[in-house]
Amino acid sequence: MSKPRLVLIGNGMAGVRTVEELLKIKPDHYDITIFGAEPHPNYNRILLSPVLAGEMGVKDIILNELDWYAENKITLHTGKQIKTIDRVNRKVVAEDGTEEYYDRLLIATGSTPFMLPIPGNDLPGVIGYRDIKDTDEMIDAAARHKHAVVIGGGLLGLEAANGLKLRGMDVTVVHIGPWLLERQLDEVAGKMLQKSLEDKGLKFLLETQTEALIQGESGRVAAIRFKGGMQIPADLVVMAAGIRPNYTLAEKSGIYCNRGIVVNDTMQTYDPKVYAVGECVSHRGIAYGLVAPLFEQAKVAANHLAGYGIGRYTGSVTSTKLKVTGIDLFSAGDYMGGKDTEEIVLNDPHGGVYKKLVIKDNKLVGGVMYGDTADGPWYFQLLKDQRDIHDIRDSLIFGQNLVGDVGHAGNSKAAEMADSAEVCGCNGVTKGTIVQAIKAKGLFTLDEVKKHTKAASSCGSCAGLVEQILASTIGGAYTPAAVDSKPVCGCTDHSHKKVREAIFGQHLTSKEAVFKALEWKTPNGCDKCRPAVNYYLISSWPHEAKDDPQSRFINERAHANIQKDGTYSVVPRMWGGLTTPAELRAIADAAEKYKVPTVKVTGGQRIDLLGVKKEDLPAMWADLNAAGMVSGHAYGKSIRTVKTCVGAEHCRFGTQLAMSMGVKLEKMLFDMYAPHKVKLAVSGCPRNCAEAGIKDVGVIGVDSGYELYIGGNGGIKTEVAQFLCKVKSDEEVMEYSGAFLQLYREEGWYLERTCHYMDRVGLDTIKSKILEDEEGRKAYYARLLDSLKDAKDPWATSREEQPIKQFIPIKLEA
Amino acid sequence: MSNWKLICKLDDIPQLGSRVVQRQSGGDIAIFRNAEDEVFALHDKCPHKAGPLSQGIVHGRKVTCPLHGWNIGLEDGHAVAPDVGSCGKFEVKVEAGDVYLLA
Ligand SMILES: Cc1cc2nc3c(=O)[nH]c(=O)nc-3n(C[C@H](O)[C@H](O)[C@H](O)COP(=O)(O)OP(=O)(O)OC[C@H]3O[C@@H](n4cnc5c(N)ncnc54)[C@H](O)[C@@H]3O)c2cc1C
Ligand code: HEM
Ligand code: SF4
Ligand code: FES
Repeated sequence: MSKPRLVLIGNGMAGVRTVEELLKIKPDHYDITIFGAEPHPNYNRILLSPVLAGEMGVKDIILNELDWYAENKITLHTGKQIKTIDRVNRKVVAEDGTEEYYDRLLIATGSTPFMLPIPGNDLPGVIGYRDIKDTDEMIDAAARHKHAVVIGGGLLGLEAANGLKLRGMDVTVVHIGPWLLERQLDEVAGKMLQKSLEDKGLKFLLETQTEALIQGESGRVAAIRFKGGMQIPADLVVMAAGIRPNYTLAEKSGIYCNRGIVVNDTMQTYDPKVYAVGECVSHRGIAYGLVAPLFEQAKVAANHLAGYGIGRYTGSVTSTKLKVTGIDLFSAGDYMGGKDTEEIVLNDPHGGVYKKLVIKDNKLVGGVMYGDTADGPWYFQLLKDQRDIHDIRDSLIFGQNLVGDVGHAGNSKAAEMADSAEVCGCNGVTKGTIVQAIKAKGLFTLDEVKKHTKAASSCGSCAGLVEQILASTIGGAYTPAAVDSKPVCGCTDHSHKKVREAIFGQHLTSKEAVFKALEWKTPNGCDKCRPAVNYYLISSWPHEAKDDPQSRFINERAHANIQKDGTYSVVPRMWGGLTTPAELRAIADAAEKYKVPTVKVTGGQRIDLLGVKKEDLPAMWADLNAAGMVSGHAYGKSIRTVKTCVGAEHCRFGTQLAMSMGVKLEKMLFDMYAPHKVKLAVSGCPRNCAEAGIKDVGVIGVDSGYELYIGGNGGIKTEVAQFLCKVKSDEEVMEYSGAFLQLYREEGWYLERTCHYMDRVGLDTIKSKILEDEEGRKAYYARLLDSLKDAKDPWATSREEQPIKQFIPIKLEA
Repeated sequence: MSNWKLICKLDDIPQLGSRVVQRQSGGDIAIFRNAEDEVFALHDKCPHKAGPLSQGIVHGRKVTCPLHGWNIGLEDGHAVAPDVGSCGKFEVKVEAGDVYLLA
C-alpha cells in the first residue's frame, strides 16, 4: 500500500519546522513533497539582519541543507511557485506546470512586505525586506549608491537601517509614529533608542508621511518627497512599513480567509484536508510575525498531521528584542498598561537605563527594558508563568539578582560580554562558541544549546546567561517555555508536573507503568528521566513503589561518592557534627586498614575518607557499622547534614541547646530522599555561627524559642534563607521544618533545590500551607514521619539484603 | 591469543546494569546488560576523561558516563553526538544463560 501524500507549499521557517516535528514523532508516515518559490533550501530568515550588517554570510544561515531533504526522502521543488490549489481533485499546480496530488496539504506561504500605495513604489531601487534576494539587492546598492531611506521605524526597518549604515550608506529612517517602535516601546524607551541610534549615525524623520518616490535620469529612484513638500535624495528605498499575510493563493482556491488563512486551534483550515501554519495564518483573529509562536503552531500541526490528535494551539504572548549590535532592548506583553494596571518604573537617563514593569492583579503582564535587559528573560518567564509577584514586588524592578540570586547566574549582561568570556565554567564554554553554534546550527532553545555546546549541561548555573545569549542572538525568536510545561527530557513531551500527577493520580508504582501510561518515546528512558521518575515513584508511594537502583546515579547506587579517578569517598554520619573518641578511633583504624590516601574534614562537620576502592566499600562499612556509625548520605539527593554550633550547652551567648536540637532533627530526617540534597543548620543565638542563613532549613535560637528560615543555599547560587516563622519548642521546630520538607518532597521537581522551588511557587504559597493551615501542616508532618518510619542504613542493608555483586569485580585469569 | 572465556551468568549482571571484569593487563572491561537482555562489553574507560563507564546509567543501547554525562553507544563504543571519541569494544555472547567474553 502506498503512503498518503503530504504536500507543503512554502519552503520557509514555519512549514519546514512542521515537517521536522512530524518526522520526529511519526517518520515514514507520508510521502512528502515541498514547493518553495525561492531558489534556496530553508534558511533562517531572522538572521538576514546580521547578513545585511555583514556579520554573517548567506551560507551560515541555511537551516536545512539539501542533504537533509534527501535523507528524509522529501521531494523538494525550489524556485517553483504554486499558482493553483485544485481542492476538488486534491492537487496543486506550479507556474511551470508541475502537478502534485495530495492527501493532506500544508500551506505556509508566509507574508509579503507591505508596499505603500504611493506613486513610484514600483521603481527600480524600491524594495521590501523579506528574503535573500532583497538582502542581496541592498548589499549591492550599498556598494554602488549613497543615499538610503528606510520607511518604517519598526523592528525590521531599524535592522535594515542599521545594516545599510554599517555598509557605508547615508541612512534616513522615515517614521509616521511619534516615536520609534511604538508597537514595542513606550515613549521614554523609544526616545532613548532613537538617541543611541543617532549616535551611531542614523537620521530620523518622525511623524512624517511619504507622498511620492521620484525617478531619476537612470530610471532608478532618486528622491523621496514628503507631505509638506520636503524632499531628500534616495538611491535606495526600503519599505518596512509592515507585512501582509500571504493568503491570496488559498483564498483563490476558496478556503476561508480573513486577513489571513483562518485556522482553528488544531491549525486546520475550513477544508479539513488542508492545514496552515506561519505568518499566512489568522488564528483567533491574530496573525503572528515572530517565529516563536509559529514554532508552537508547527508542533500542534505536526501532531494532528501525524494523526495523534493531541494538542491545541491557543495563542502566544510574544516578546521582542532588537537585533542591533550594541543596543539592549527588550519588551514583552502589555507594555503600555491601562486603567486597571499599575506600573513600576526605573528611569536613569544618564546611565542610559530605563525599565518599566506593568502589573495587574499582582501579576506581571508586560514590560519594557532599555539599556539593561539582563533580566528580560526572567521577567518574561514570570509573565508566562503567571507567577504571583506580590512577595517580591519591592525589589522586582531591580531584577533577579536583588530578588535573591547573587551568584553568576545572571549577573553579567550577555550582550556586552566579550566573545572570549567564559559562560559555562563547568565545561569551559565561551560566549563566542555559543553564539557560533546558535548561528551555524540554527538553535532555538536552551536544550538545543546544551546539546550542541555542553554549556549549562552540568551544574546549570549558567542557564540564565545562556538564555540571555540566545535572546540577544536570535531576538524574539527565543521564547522560554513556561516552567510548568517544560518536558522532563527528550524521552517525553510531558513535564515534571504531568509525570508526578500521573504517578499520583493513576497510582503508578513502577517505571515501566509510567513509561507505558505516558507513552515514553524511548524504551527505558535515559539518565535524565529515569532518576526523576524513580524519585517521584518512591516519594509518592512510599513502602509501595520499589526503589530501582539502576535508575539511580552511581553515588546513590554505591552509597558513596565517585571521584574523578573512579575511586569512592566514604563519609560516616556524625549526628549534629558530634563525635566521640571511640568513633574517631574506628575511623582512624578504617583509614589505615583500607589505605585511605586522604582524610578531610568536610564543610558539613564530619570526616571524609577519600580514595577508597569500590571493592573495599562493603568491608569498610561493616567496620564502621560495628563501631556504631552509619552512612552520612554525603552522596545522595537526600538529607545531608544538620550543622550545629555549640549553643547554650557551652557558649556564653547561647540561648538554646543548638547541639541537641540539631541531633534531634538529623535523627528525624535520617535516610530522607528528596528532589535534591537537603542541608540544615541550628545556631544557638543570632550570632549564627552554624551559618543557618544559607541552609534549606535554618534554625536560629532566640531567647523565647527559635526562628525558622527556609530556602537558603550556599552552593552555586548563594541564596539567603527567608524567614518562615518563630516557634517556641523543640517539638514545633521538628513539626514545622518537617512539614516544609515534606511539602518540598511532594511538590519540588527532581533536581530542584528548595530555593528554586520557593522561587517558583512563592514564599506566600508555602506560608499558607505550613503556617495558616494547621491541619495541613500536621498532615505533611505525619506523611514525612510515615515515609521515614522504616528508614534503614543503606550501608548495613547493602550487606544484608541486596546482592553485593556490584562491588565485586570479576577477575580474568591470564 | 584471545579466546572465548566464561565470565558469569547472565543473571549476575543486573538488568540495565553492569559488572566489571578485571584483567591482569590492558585495563578493566565493563560488561553491560540492557532491558532486552542484550549484553555488550566496552573498555571501562570513557573517551572523555577515562571515567568508569561501568558505573553509569544504562538506557536503550547507551550508557551515560558517571563523571560528566557523555553518552556512549554500547554497540560500537562511540560517543553520541555532539561529543566525539570512542572507546574499545569487545566481543561478548550469551549461551544458555552464560556470558562469554572474547579476550
Ligand atoms: C529581516 C528579517 C528579520 C526578522 N527578524 C526576526 C526576529 O528577530 N525574530 C523573529 O521572531 N522573527 C523575525 N522575523 C520574522 C520571521 O522571519 C518570520 O516570522 C518567519 O520567517 C515566518 O515564517 P513562515 O514560514 O510563516 O514564512 P517564511 O519563512 O517567509 O516562508 C514562506 C515561504 O513560502 C514561499 N512561498 C510563498 N508563496 C508560495 C507559493 N505560492 N508557492 C511556493 N512557495 C511560496 C516563500 O517564498 C517563502 O520562502 C524577521 C523577518 C525578516 C524578514
Ligand atoms: C492607503 C494608504 C495607507 C494604508 C492603508 C496604510 C496602512 C498601514 C497599516 C495597516 C500599517 C500597519 C502595518 C503593520 O501591520 O505592520 C501601516 C504602517 C505604516 N505606514 Fe501606512 N498606510 C497607508 C499609507 C501610508 C503612507 C502614505 C505612509 C508614509 C508616508 C505610511 C507609513 C507607514 C509607516 C512608516 C508604517 C510603519 C509603522 C511601523 O512600522 O510600526 N503609510 N500602514
Ligand atoms: S551562634 Fe550564638 S550560641 Fe552558637 S556558638 Fe555562636 S555565639 Fe554561641
Ligand atoms: S569521563 Fe566520561 S564524561 Fe567525562
